[in-house]
Amino acid sequence: MQENRLPEMSARRGFFKKASAVVIGALAGIVPGLSALFVFLDPLRRKTNAGESVMVASLSALPEDGVPRKFSVVTSHTDAWTRNPDVPIGAVYLRRTGQKTVQAFNVVCPHAGCFVGYKVDRKSYHCPCHNSTFALDGRINDPKSPSPRGLDELPVEIRNEVEIWVKFQNFRAGHAEKIPVS
Amino acid sequence: MKALLDWLDQRTGYRGIVRHSLYENIPGGARWRYIWGSTLVFTLTIQFITGLFLWMSYSPSSQTAWESVYYIQYQMSGGWMLRGIHHYTASVMNVLLVLHLMQVVIDGAYKAPREINFWFGLGLLQLVLGLSLTGYLLPWDQKGYWATKVATNIAAIVPVIGPAIQKLIIGGADYGHHTLTRFFALHAGVLPAAVIALLVWHIFLFRRHGITAKDPKRKPDEYFWPDQVLKDAVACLAVMATILFLVLRPWILGTGEELGAELGAPADPSETYSAARPEWYFLFLFEFLKYFPGGTEIWGAIVIPGLVMGVIFLMPIIGRWQLGHRFNVGLSFALLAGVGLLTYLATTQDKRDPAYQAAVKEAHRNAERVKLLARSPSGIPSAGAVTLLRHDPLTQGPKLFAKNCASCHRYDGHDGTGAKPTDEQTASDLKGFGDRAWLSGLLDPERISSTNYFGGTRFKDGKMARFVKRDVPKYSAEEKENLQKIIAALSAEAQLPAQREMDEREAERIKEGKHLIASEEIRCTECHKFYQEGDDPTAPDLTGYGSRAWLIEFIGNAAHARFYGERNDRMPAFGAKQMLDDQAIGLLADWLRGDWYEPSNKVE
Repeated sequence: MQENRLPEMSARRGFFKKASAVVIGALAGIVPGLSALFVFLDPLRRKTNAGESVMVASLSALPEDGVPRKFSVVTSHTDAWTRNPDVPIGAVYLRRTGQKTVQAFNVVCPHAGCFVGYKVDRKSYHCPCHNSTFALDGRINDPKSPSPRGLDELPVEIRNEVEIWVKFQNFRAGHAEKIPVS
Repeated sequence: MKALLDWLDQRTGYRGIVRHSLYENIPGGARWRYIWGSTLVFTLTIQFITGLFLWMSYSPSSQTAWESVYYIQYQMSGGWMLRGIHHYTASVMNVLLVLHLMQVVIDGAYKAPREINFWFGLGLLQLVLGLSLTGYLLPWDQKGYWATKVATNIAAIVPVIGPAIQKLIIGGADYGHHTLTRFFALHAGVLPAAVIALLVWHIFLFRRHGITAKDPKRKPDEYFWPDQVLKDAVACLAVMATILFLVLRPWILGTGEELGAELGAPADPSETYSAARPEWYFLFLFEFLKYFPGGTEIWGAIVIPGLVMGVIFLMPIIGRWQLGHRFNVGLSFALLAGVGLLTYLATTQDKRDPAYQAAVKEAHRNAERVKLLARSPSGIPSAGAVTLLRHDPLTQGPKLFAKNCASCHRYDGHDGTGAKPTDEQTASDLKGFGDRAWLSGLLDPERISSTNYFGGTRFKDGKMARFVKRDVPKYSAEEKENLQKIIAALSAEAQLPAQREMDEREAERIKEGKHLIASEEIRCTECHKFYQEGDDPTAPDLTGYGSRAWLIEFIGNAAHARFYGERNDRMPAFGAKQMLDDQAIGLLADWLRGDWYEPSNKVE
C-alpha cells in the first residue's frame, strides 16, 4: 500500500499506542461479553426437583398376575418461571411381585433415553429406538442388547394399605451404573 | 508459527484483509471527530451479543413473554446486567446516531460522491429506530404494551391500506401471541439482517470514498491503526462506561431503585394504564401529536415527519450549493432544537400533571406487587403472571371498594385507593372490619352512632345503638371484662389473618366469650343468631361473623333473612342482583379481611 507516504513513528511510542488500543478496546468489549457468559452458564446451577416420593396409583389398579402397567407420575413441577401444581414429570411401569409388594421401573431406556414399551406377547420390555430388550424384572435379557444396564428400578412404598408411592428419579443414560440426574 | 500463518494466508488472504482494515489512510491524521461511526459499530455489536444471549431465554407469547423476561431479570445469574446493557445501549445508540448524522452534515460528508452512502446511513437510522420500537414491546409489560398500541394505531391511520398494514404488523385484529412472534421476528431477525446488509455496504462505501477529512489538516496523514483505533477504543470505552453508569445508576446514586432496565406489571388489556409513554427518544413524536386536533393526526404522525425525513434525504442534493449546505446545517440544528423542545415540553407537562404522576406511582406499585407474587411459593401459574394481579385482593380490593362501596362506606376515611370520595359518608368505615378494635368501637356508647359506625344509617338510633348507649355505660367492672371477652370471641369468628396468633393465644378467653354471647346475660341472642342460640333473629347472624364465607354472603345480599332481612338500609344485593361476580365479591371480602399474600406470612 502507500506505506512510504506515511511518517514513521518511534517504535516505542507505536507499541504503547497499539497496546493501549488493544487493552482499552478489550476492556470496552469485555463487559457485555461477560454478562452474556454469566447468563449463558446459568443452567449449570439449576437442579431438578425430582427425587421426591409421589403417589402414583392404587394397588387395585394393578393386575394380580404381575403384568406391568404404565402410570404417569404427576406432581408439582417448576419449569423455569411456570409453577405447575400437578403435571406429569415422567412415567413408570408398575407390576405386582406379591400381595402387598410392587416393583417400579422408570419407563426411560437406560441406553439413550427412549420410551420403552411393554410387549404382552413376549412378556418383556422393548425399546423402539435401538432394540434393547428387558425381562419382566427389568434385567437385560439379551446379551446383544445395546443398553449398558437393566431398566432403572425406583424405590416403592405402600402407604395406607393401598397407595403406591414411588420415589421418582431419572438416571443418566449410557452408563453401566445408575447415576441420578441432579 | 510463521509457516502456519503463511499457509493460512495463502488460503484465506487474511493478511490482506487485516492490512486493508488497519492501514486505511486518514488525511490530516487521527481526530476525535471521526469516532462516531466506530462507536455505532461498537454499540451495534453489544446489541448483537446481548440480544443473542437474551434470545436464549426469551419466550415470545402472551403467557410467557413477561414471565421469561421476569425470569431473566430476577432469577438468572447476571440477567439484570445483560438486559440492562441491552436496554440502555439502545438509548445510547440513538444518541450516537444523531451525533453521527450531525457530524456528517456539518462536515458535508454527504456531498458527491457520497450521496448514496448518506442514504444508506439514513436507512440504518430508520432500522435502528425500528429495532427500538419493536424491542419496547417484547417484555410485554403494561408500558410497552400500551405505548406500542399507540404506535401501531398510528400505522392504521394511513389512508386505504392503513388497517391492512396494522393487521400485518400485529399479526391479526388484536394484540396477542402473533403480535409477539412477529415483533420478535422483526426485532431479532429481519431488522438485524437488514442492518448487517446495509452496514456492510455503508462501511464498504465509506472505505471506497475515504474519510471526509476536516480542513484544515493539522497533522500529516496517518494510518487508521493505531492512532485512530486508539481514539476509537477510548471512545468505545467511554460509551461502555456510560452504559454501565446507566445500568448501575440506582446503586451509584443510591436512589434505591432496581438495577438495570425497568420491568412493569404484565400487559393487561382490561387494566387502565395512564402512564403509557413511548421510550424517551420517541417522546418528541408523542408530544408533536398533541398539537393535531381529531381527524388531522395523519399530519402529525405521518405527513410532517415523512416530509422532514424527505428533506433530510435530499440534503446531498441541496448541499451542492454553498447556501444549500448552510441550509442543511441550519435545518439540522433547528430540527435538533425542535426535538429537544418537544421532549422538554413532554417531560415538564408530565412532571406537573398530578394524574400522570399518580399513574406512574400506581404502575410502579403494581410492578412491585406482581414481582412479589411471582416470588411467592405458589409462583407464576401457567395462565401467566397477569392473573396474579387479577386475583390479588390487595390490588383489586381497593379498586372494587372505590367503585362499589365508597359512595356510602369509607375505608380508613378514604375510598380504599386513598382518594377522597365526592359522596358524603353515610355508612360505616370498614377498615379493620370485624377485628377487635373495630368491634370495640361498635360496642362503645360514644362511637356507635358516629358516622364511622351507624351514624349515617337507619340504625343510628336502632335497637343495637340504644342497647349499647343505655346498657354498656352502666356495666360493672366484671361486666366490662365480659364485654372484652365477647369482643375477642366475636372477632375470632372472623378468623382474621392478622389476629391468628392472638386468637390462638387467647383460646380460653375466646371460649368464655362464646359462652357469654350465647348466654342470656348479655342478651345478644335476643336479636342475633349465634350457632344454635337465637330463635327469632332480627339482626345479622353472628355465627362466623366477619369470616370470608360470612362476608361473601353479606355482600352478596345483605337483605337476606340471615342478615338484615327487610330491615336492610340501602346496602345493594351485589351478588343476588349480579352487580359483582363471585370472584369480585371474594376479592373484596379477602381485602376487607386483610387476607392477601405477604412474604412474612409464608412461615409454614
